[in-house]
Amino acid sequence: MYKITLKKQLSKDIKLMGIEAEHVVKNAKAGNFVILIPHENGERIPLTIYDWDKKTNVVYIIFQEVGVTTAKLGMLNEGDSIFSIAGPLGKHFHVEKFGNVAIVGGGVGVPAIFPIARALKEAGNNVTSIMGFRTKELIILEKEMESVSNKLLTATNDGSQGQKGLVTDVLQGMINSGPKLDLCVAVGPVIMMKAVAELTRNYNIKTIVSLNALMMDGTGMCGGCRVTIGGKNKFSCVDGPDFDGHQVDFNELTSRLGTFKEEEKASLHHSKIQLVGR
Amino acid sequence: MAKKERLKVRTQEASARVKNFDEVPFGFNEAEAVEEASRCIQCKKPTCIDGCPVNINIKEFVRLIAAKDYQGAIRIIKENNSLPAVCGRVCPQETQCEEKCVMLKTGQPINIGALERYAADWEAANGKIEEVKITPKLDKTGKQISVAIAGSGPAGLTVASELAKMGYKAVIFEALHLAGGVLVYGIPEFRLPKAIVKREVDYLKKLGVEIRTDVLIGKSYTVKDIFEMGYKALFIGVGAGTPSFVNIPGENLKGVYSANEFLTRMNLLKAYLFPEYDTPVKIGKKVAVIGAGNVAMDAARISKRLKGVEEVHIIYRRSDKEMPARHEEIEHAREEGIIFNLLTNPLELVGDENGFVTKIKCIKMELGEPDSSGRRSPKAIPGTEFFIDVNTVIPALGTKANELLTTNVEGLKLNKWGYIEADPETGETSLPGIYAGGDISTGAATVIAAMGAGKKAAKAMDTYLSRE
Ligand SMILES: Cc1cc2nc3c(=O)[nH]c(=O)nc-3n(C[C@H](O)[C@H](O)[C@H](O)COP(=O)(O)OP(=O)(O)OC[C@H]3O[C@@H](n4cnc5c(N)ncnc54)[C@H](O)[C@@H]3O)c2cc1C
Ligand SMILES: Cc1cc2nc3c(=O)[nH]c(=O)nc-3n(C[C@H](O)[C@H](O)[C@H](O)COP(=O)(O)OP(=O)(O)OC[C@H]3O[C@@H](n4cnc5c(N)ncnc54)[C@H](O)[C@@H]3O)c2cc1C
Ligand code: SF4
Ligand code: SF4
Ligand code: FES
Repeated sequence: MYKITLKKQLSKDIKLMGIEAEHVVKNAKAGNFVILIPHENGERIPLTIYDWDKKTNVVYIIFQEVGVTTAKLGMLNEGDSIFSIAGPLGKHFHVEKFGNVAIVGGGVGVPAIFPIARALKEAGNNVTSIMGFRTKELIILEKEMESVSNKLLTATNDGSQGQKGLVTDVLQGMINSGPKLDLCVAVGPVIMMKAVAELTRNYNIKTIVSLNALMMDGTGMCGGCRVTIGGKNKFSCVDGPDFDGHQVDFNELTSRLGTFKEEEKASLHHSKIQLVGR
Repeated sequence: MAKKERLKVRTQEASARVKNFDEVPFGFNEAEAVEEASRCIQCKKPTCIDGCPVNINIKEFVRLIAAKDYQGAIRIIKENNSLPAVCGRVCPQETQCEEKCVMLKTGQPINIGALERYAADWEAANGKIEEVKITPKLDKTGKQISVAIAGSGPAGLTVASELAKMGYKAVIFEALHLAGGVLVYGIPEFRLPKAIVKREVDYLKKLGVEIRTDVLIGKSYTVKDIFEMGYKALFIGVGAGTPSFVNIPGENLKGVYSANEFLTRMNLLKAYLFPEYDTPVKIGKKVAVIGAGNVAMDAARISKRLKGVEEVHIIYRRSDKEMPARHEEIEHAREEGIIFNLLTNPLELVGDENGFVTKIKCIKMELGEPDSSGRRSPKAIPGTEFFIDVNTVIPALGTKANELLTTNVEGLKLNKWGYIEADPETGETSLPGIYAGGDISTGAATVIAAMGAGKKAAKAMDTYLSRE
């Protein structure tokens, strides 16, 4: 059992949680994730490591309540414990001095780009972060992202804050006006990552995406997280989650994410859970 | 004259058991155990013992059962095997102890597995678990010497129990949230009730073994960290847990699970109790399992027990005789109505417009001349392609070395398949203080082989630690 030391509501259905887990914190790096189980009969779900504190051994995660497990996690409070948390999982983000870097985060992908932006900036890169949300009320981590970026740009679908439109519109603007980008990183919904990769392909900008395939063990044991990268089968939990965005078969990923659609609905119904905001 | 026929173990009726997850064989009752044990002719040269990878004194424990001294019998077994309730149930006895029993020459071998199970279950029900006196092994400063173990499968559990009994502080690190390795995530409830594994794990805890779940060696702590944390030696028993796929088109369609994924969802995460448990598995009316080993039989027989499943197929490219699973499992699978498509090879998986698998394209095979290894290799018969309708496909084609730990340790020698090179007699690896055994050094094998390796490694580790 692992103690919850902090819980904070960031927006309507997005929460931040701090969990005491020395074994996760000790070697945590940007780009790693955890797999946790809220309670004994629960399901194993992957969540990105947003931040960590080596003095207190607390790992921070940010999650959106989209189904049974995230909703049950969201019901726990400071002082409660979660049943299981394993990590740090996945290959960490490969940090070096690339030069001009654009880091794109959409919705709940923003917590994932935060440590990456921080590490890249610390390594001397010129980091421009682009965050995208549906509307102003859903914006999270604005101050935090500002602190780890040389420049922060925001897009909202309805134009209620920042540029009206999608993150790809902002990125296109940057490409048109700015110095040549040496690297692009994109984390968010599959359709966003796919759009970013399609855009940057035209300009030959190396693009790293972080894939959110369905996962179970996170140790390379089940193969449920397999994705096709450049025609080859890869396990995203151990070979990734970061991959070259220009090589990813996004259509297959989208299809496989729908494997348990019916069961997810049944599970919500069974647990009598109403999701906020949908 | 001893009776030629062995006493059959009573089992749940096939028609009833396909509707539940309860254990299939009931095991012997006392009278049956005594009767079967009395068939043993107490050979001068008990060849059965050579057949057991951990050399249990079979002759003696069987004699004690015949004499109704069950406490004595279990004591003898436990001298060589700390998990008898598990081995009595899952050992492939027909290729080990029972294959070497002299009774096989004139009739049927003694049912050694069922007798071992009887003694273990008797102890759990009646016996006093014998207290083990442990004298802690201390270092110069008076602190108990600690050793780390990566992986809590049969290999790791055995190392921990042996070292704990010798007085070491043994700490097991397990990547998953429950201890037991394949015993909990792979082998299903109806073959090995999880309460038995838990009983064994609890016994280890009584011996002072600490189990830290959710910890991946190589990720949470590197091997370097382990030694920096004060552990004086490390045993690596992380199993061979990476699944192989057939590598045919369509394997990434929805409804295709590796056997590991399917079994783990079922056994470890209890997806068969969904939605009481939160982990789902989507399974359709028709299931096909590719392969014919223990893993394939387990996947097929679990499928057969799921609500809504009407037809379960095994697809295997060789014939009857070559099927690698335990005889008992194949027999049980047949009784349960699993359809065996032998000499059949899958060529392609076909899906619908939503990306779910709907059909397997197969081809008929025939066996050619035996090759250098004596195996007759299967060849496709041209023009015999056909389709099987399916909603779920489970490739169960064996596993490969899991590289999570092995590739993260500098200087650790691996063989060409990625398994750790470890001395079969001692478990020593290319690095001092680091030992390995079980599936991660031999490739997928058996529970008892992993335990045997654990036992030898523990002994060698003791020698090493005493020298240090
Ligand atoms: C490496 C990795 C890192 C992730 N990091 C975060 C994070 O930091 N914050 C966060 O909120 N979410 C993150 N996710 C997604 C998160 O794991 C899922 O939202 C979660 O598993 C949903 O579980 P559930 O039971 O609440 O919902 P379910 O009822 O299981 O699913 C509800 C919906 O979520 C989708 N979904 C289910 N599992 C996943 C998944 N693994 N990835 C993406 N979508 C999924 C389903 O397709 C479905 O539409 C990450 C996923 C991966 C693989
Ligand atoms: C479905 C199935 C059925 C089987 N049926 C039989 C049978 O009937 N009879 C028989 O004799 N054998 C059977 N076997 C084979 C037998 O189970 C294995 O040979 C045996 O379990 C190997 O033991 P092990 O200790 O080497 O590894 P495992 O049992 O594989 O245990 C390894 C453990 O290490 C953990 N681990 C992995 N990486 C790390 C890491 N980096 N850090 C920490 N922990 C880690 C894993 O999570 C796992 O729990 C079966 C196998 C399967 C899969
Ligand atoms: S441990 Fe296995 S091989 Fe050895 S006697 Fe028992 S059942 Fe036979
Ligand atoms: S070989 Fe068979 S008959 Fe002989 S001692 Fe062993 S079990 Fe008994
Ligand atoms: S989640 Fe099981 S192999 Fe990646």
